[in-house]
Amino acid sequence: MDVDRPVAPAGPATAAPTSPRPRRSPGRATAVRLALAALPLAFFAVFFAYPVGAIVARGLHQGGRWRPGVVGDVLGDPSIRHVLWFTCWQAAASTALTLAVALPGAYVFARLDFPGKHLLRAVVTVPFVLPTVVAGSAFLALLGRGGFTDSLLGFRLDTSVWAILIAHVFFNYAVVVRTVGGLWAQLDPRQEEAARMLGAGRFAAWRRVTLPALGPAVAAAALMVFLFTFTSFGVIQILGGPTRSTLEVEIYRQTAELLDLPTAAVLTLLQLAAVAAILGVHAWTVRRREATLRLVDAARTAHRPRGAERVLLAGVLAVVALLILLPLGVLVARSFDGPNGYGLDFYRALASTDGSGDGGTFLVSPLETVWNSLRYAAVATVIALAVGALAATALVRRAGRLMRGFDALLMLPLGTSAVTVGFGFLITLDKPPLDLRDSWLLVPLAQALVGVPFVVRVVLPVLRAVDDRLREAAAVLGASPLRVWREVELPLVARAMGIAAGFAFAVSLGEFGATVFIARPDSPTLPVAVARLLGRAGEMNYGQAMALSTILMAVCAASLLVLETAWRRRGDGRRITDATGEF
Amino acid sequence: MNSTIRRRALGALVLATACATALSACGGSSSGKKGGSAASGGKTVTVVSHDSFAASKSVLAEFTKETGYTVKVLRGGDAGAAVNQAILTKDHPRGDVFFGVDNTLLSRALDNGLFDPYTAKGLDQVPADVQLDAARHRATPIDSGDVCVNYDRAYFAAHKLAPPQTFADLVKPQYKNLLVTENVATSSPGLAFMLGSVATYGDSGWQAYWKQLKANGVEVVDGWEQAYNDRFSGSSAGKKAKGDRPLVVSYASSPPAEVVGVTPAPAESPVGVATGTCFRQIEFAGLLHGAKNPAGGKAFIDFMLSKAFQQDMPLQMYVDPVVKGAAEPEEFVKYGAKVEHPTTLPPTEIAAKRDDWVKAWTSTVL
Amino acid sequence: MALLRIDAATVRFGDRAALDGVDLDVTAHETVCVLGPSGSGKSTLLRAVAGLQPLDGGRILLDGADQAGTPPHRRGVGLMFQDHQLFPQRDVGGNVAFGPRMHRVPRDLRERRVAELLDLVGLPGAAQRAVGTLSGGEQQRVALARALAPEPRLLMLDEPLGQLDRSLRERLVVELRQLFGRLGTTVLAVTHDQGEAFALADRVVVMQDGRIAQSGTPLEVWQRPDSEFVARFLGFDAVTDGVVSGGVAVTDWGKLPVPDGTPEGPARVLVRPPGVLLGPADEGLLCEVRARTFRGGRVAVILGVVGAERGPQLEAECTLRDAPAEGDRIGVTFDPAEVVVLHR
Repeated sequence: MDVDRPVAPAGPATAAPTSPRPRRSPGRATAVRLALAALPLAFFAVFFAYPVGAIVARGLHQGGRWRPGVVGDVLGDPSIRHVLWFTCWQAAASTALTLAVALPGAYVFARLDFPGKHLLRAVVTVPFVLPTVVAGSAFLALLGRGGFTDSLLGFRLDTSVWAILIAHVFFNYAVVVRTVGGLWAQLDPRQEEAARMLGAGRFAAWRRVTLPALGPAVAAAALMVFLFTFTSFGVIQILGGPTRSTLEVEIYRQTAELLDLPTAAVLTLLQLAAVAAILGVHAWTVRRREATLRLVDAARTAHRPRGAERVLLAGVLAVVALLILLPLGVLVARSFDGPNGYGLDFYRALASTDGSGDGGTFLVSPLETVWNSLRYAAVATVIALAVGALAATALVRRAGRLMRGFDALLMLPLGTSAVTVGFGFLITLDKPPLDLRDSWLLVPLAQALVGVPFVVRVVLPVLRAVDDRLREAAAVLGASPLRVWREVELPLVARAMGIAAGFAFAVSLGEFGATVFIARPDSPTLPVAVARLLGRAGEMNYGQAMALSTILMAVCAASLLVLETAWRRRGDGRRITDATGEF
Repeated sequence: MNSTIRRRALGALVLATACATALSACGGSSSGKKGGSAASGGKTVTVVSHDSFAASKSVLAEFTKETGYTVKVLRGGDAGAAVNQAILTKDHPRGDVFFGVDNTLLSRALDNGLFDPYTAKGLDQVPADVQLDAARHRATPIDSGDVCVNYDRAYFAAHKLAPPQTFADLVKPQYKNLLVTENVATSSPGLAFMLGSVATYGDSGWQAYWKQLKANGVEVVDGWEQAYNDRFSGSSAGKKAKGDRPLVVSYASSPPAEVVGVTPAPAESPVGVATGTCFRQIEFAGLLHGAKNPAGGKAFIDFMLSKAFQQDMPLQMYVDPVVKGAAEPEEFVKYGAKVEHPTTLPPTEIAAKRDDWVKAWTSTVL
Repeated sequence: MALLRIDAATVRFGDRAALDGVDLDVTAHETVCVLGPSGSGKSTLLRAVAGLQPLDGGRILLDGADQAGTPPHRRGVGLMFQDHQLFPQRDVGGNVAFGPRMHRVPRDLRERRVAELLDLVGLPGAAQRAVGTLSGGEQQRVALARALAPEPRLLMLDEPLGQLDRSLRERLVVELRQLFGRLGTTVLAVTHDQGEAFALADRVVVMQDGRIAQSGTPLEVWQRPDSEFVARFLGFDAVTDGVVSGGVAVTDWGKLPVPDGTPEGPARVLVRPPGVLLGPADEGLLCEVRARTFRGGRVAVILGVVGAERGPQLEAECTLRDAPAEGDRIGVTFDPAEVVVLHR
């Protein structure tokens, strides 16, 4: 099946031979791109632009007419301006800190071989899926009263803005390690070696050769971290205290609590404008740095640490242990710390609420929530991969303003409040032909919205690094554009797709915001079940919440391991055996 | 690659619709219920509620046995979010019955025409003081609960200090730096506690009270979870988190909740209730305007006032039954506190002044 | 009828014309080499024929059919890329089998064909090898086998031997010519190396700035370059100004005999190295040996005319034994057969 034929203007061979032909092929290329973009565009139009637009319109269109005046009222409020300022600077600071802490990690995970690497890479992704309520509470054990810094170093950070920043590093460490590391592992180390032969020092070679090559991936990671921290909700609430508020928190309050839709609409627009500005800056920096890269097999670039790399490895492992393993360990420890000392009491309590007993409808058996979560996450991952891969393919060739706008559009959901999307779903997808009012699909659809940007951002740099002539070689050998994609690009981006799938999966596994606002039949996901348990008093409830969180962590780490292993086998396993056979 | 073929034949928009329709069709069939209440309105009652709604399966099975209706529950967000969602979707309601609007939000629900009037069977067994819409019967009271200051028994025993009992006690110097409460803008118990202070000190005096509370070292966190599980020293979770505040704004039902399921059962709950600091929350159910299955909805509202449901509620949702003569579970009798004179405010007044109060509180306390 | 007809093909990149009204026919079983410096448009020509580069004007016809609107994968032409572009994720066999697979050749036929082709290019049994482990020459052979595998009606080669070392290049070019002759393949190749072009081609086309400067058999082009551009591109630098009158051209180097029928008037005159005959210093034009370069068993002698130090240099060819030393003064006479009057 070739996708280009039907959309190409008919060019019969019998056309008047001497008449000058219009520039056919550039037009056709655009048409192909638009055709590829059609599904992602439709997806975003129906499941993002329409719901969000509807909820904003309902806020600004009150009593039968538009009320633009409310914009001035809200923007004129100094406290809103304060919130906007805080939102932006904490996101920028968090992003910078995350990059600084996680880039060495990206190198270590991409280029060094050490025992337990795959397991550890799955584990550092776990914070990403943890409900912030749970993780925030564990973080207090690190920074709060009697916590690690308090007892060892004598200072508490739980009420300072540092707590927010450090927690954001905790949550987003994996974003940098995975997006940057994914590309880093496939960069040809010989280029850096060449620079060193030309007299550049180790750091200079890295700065002049590797860093520019990594530029797009670093920018993509930075953008995603920024968007995540920009829309930070739980971390700000738990660690920031009531005096610190982000736009996300304000939108939540105005929409979910006060039902002040006009104010929420203005705040949503404000948030979208800020995100759009950030996307613009991002697109600008990336466009200047993008270049075709030389990619090699990831398995060939990793090596055992030598010399200074050992120190680096030790440093990264120490940071991971302190920043990620310690808080996670606290949660696990609490899940075993029952009323009668350490034991399995909370797990037994969870197990006793199996479907057959009379546990009520509040508690669902843990197996069922695990199953729900996995099912939603699997569906969301499939949607995100399909939509994201199509979008990335459409975006491969650097193109005009239209396509750049499309690129930015795909990123917007990351910077949009979950409550806006959730409420938007409610008021738009409620009538034929799109009556999804009580369909379970609403949940994976909302989750896929957040997964797609990951797929695009992870796959696109690798796809762009594929040499164009490789595609041409396949075309000349008789491969249609679709075949070219399947035969040439897909195998090369398989690894990136695996990483992207892992992300999309983790995002949906941990997604809480939109899920909780979408009324759904009684099939709570793990994070929702954890939040329900945490929402009530009692040792058993709290303990079961910890136990369920531990299960969530295990499920997340296990799924990522399985997913990545499967993908590695499929993606380049054969090559590795071939290569080792040859060398 | 079906989508590719379709994309060729149809435009992007057509595809989007086709795709989404296919998705919705698929969702319907795989969940085994065609379009929920829409297609099988005769058999299913759909209850829309907040995330805390719960009932024993056996009790719901009893309802099905009695009426032939099966119950489907749609939950979304906390109480405030659930009410707002219902208001936003009132033109295309997602179910037949809404449960979980309390007296602080009741006016908003009623003013938006969320409910159709229905006088439930068994309403005569409900005390008149909780029937806040007695004139029109749009909202039926189902349960009540009290938001009160809880205290850490061990702390006050160890410090040979009498725990506070009233609003006035909380500003006394011996309780300096002991209380943690929630942000009224983001937390339902936080709001209720503030409303309690308004009911006690009046529209003119409550802000002065909060100034005193602030001077006495009240700590404010954003949510109940942080207050009770992280900062409060009396809860088991707070102990593990090294919480250092022996006073917290929580519920009168927290003491029994704290020990449910713990074996061996302790002699008393580690948490006590300052019964003079309580504000009463009453939760209502209503028949959603435009319900597909109004008959089923009415039957479910009737059922919620039945003894079976009322006696099931306390351990499921940690609330008190409203029907006279409904027995409280053993844990509530043994570990619970008797709240004799909770404060309250009329829903209309809450609706009218709530925003101003929240703003005033925010500028006074934060 | 020509298998490939390029008819006034034009491609513009911005203001610059990469192809400027190029006409070229290639008949079946013919090997045509397009020769030109980098930037002359020769690669663009191949890409246009393959359908990878859209035309801004003109037509490409294969077997008489206009290829406008035919995407690359339906043109039935093969293209071997300059740097081979082997698929890194496939082994040798997978690379060679790619084309037949795209054309839905059954597996058993495909495998047989892969084996045959690998035999043909001298890599028997290499099907299982990873492409990353191949040497440059081996990669070139695999790329060739891959391009031949779908049996294209026209095989195009872009700098086929460009990255290989000289000895390998010289051996392979002979192999290629023999192979194409045996298979009856129609070939359109581009290269910047005249040695390669003359060894490979039935016909040579020299390109300059998107236009065809000269076309002919290797011998014709070699012996009678049309223009100074072609002459210099072929390495003939002994070009000077002259005035043709009565069968001779009057130049700085004296009177040179020119072929009959040469138009009268000012002209540019080339003397090819075989036409520069060396003798004793007192005979003919007095020159000094400025440099010597070795080309195989022969020596190219660069000569400066004594008394005209700034004028153009002459180049002569002689055997190692006869070669004068640097700084020697010698007399030069000219062979009229090797004097070429260039079109201006």
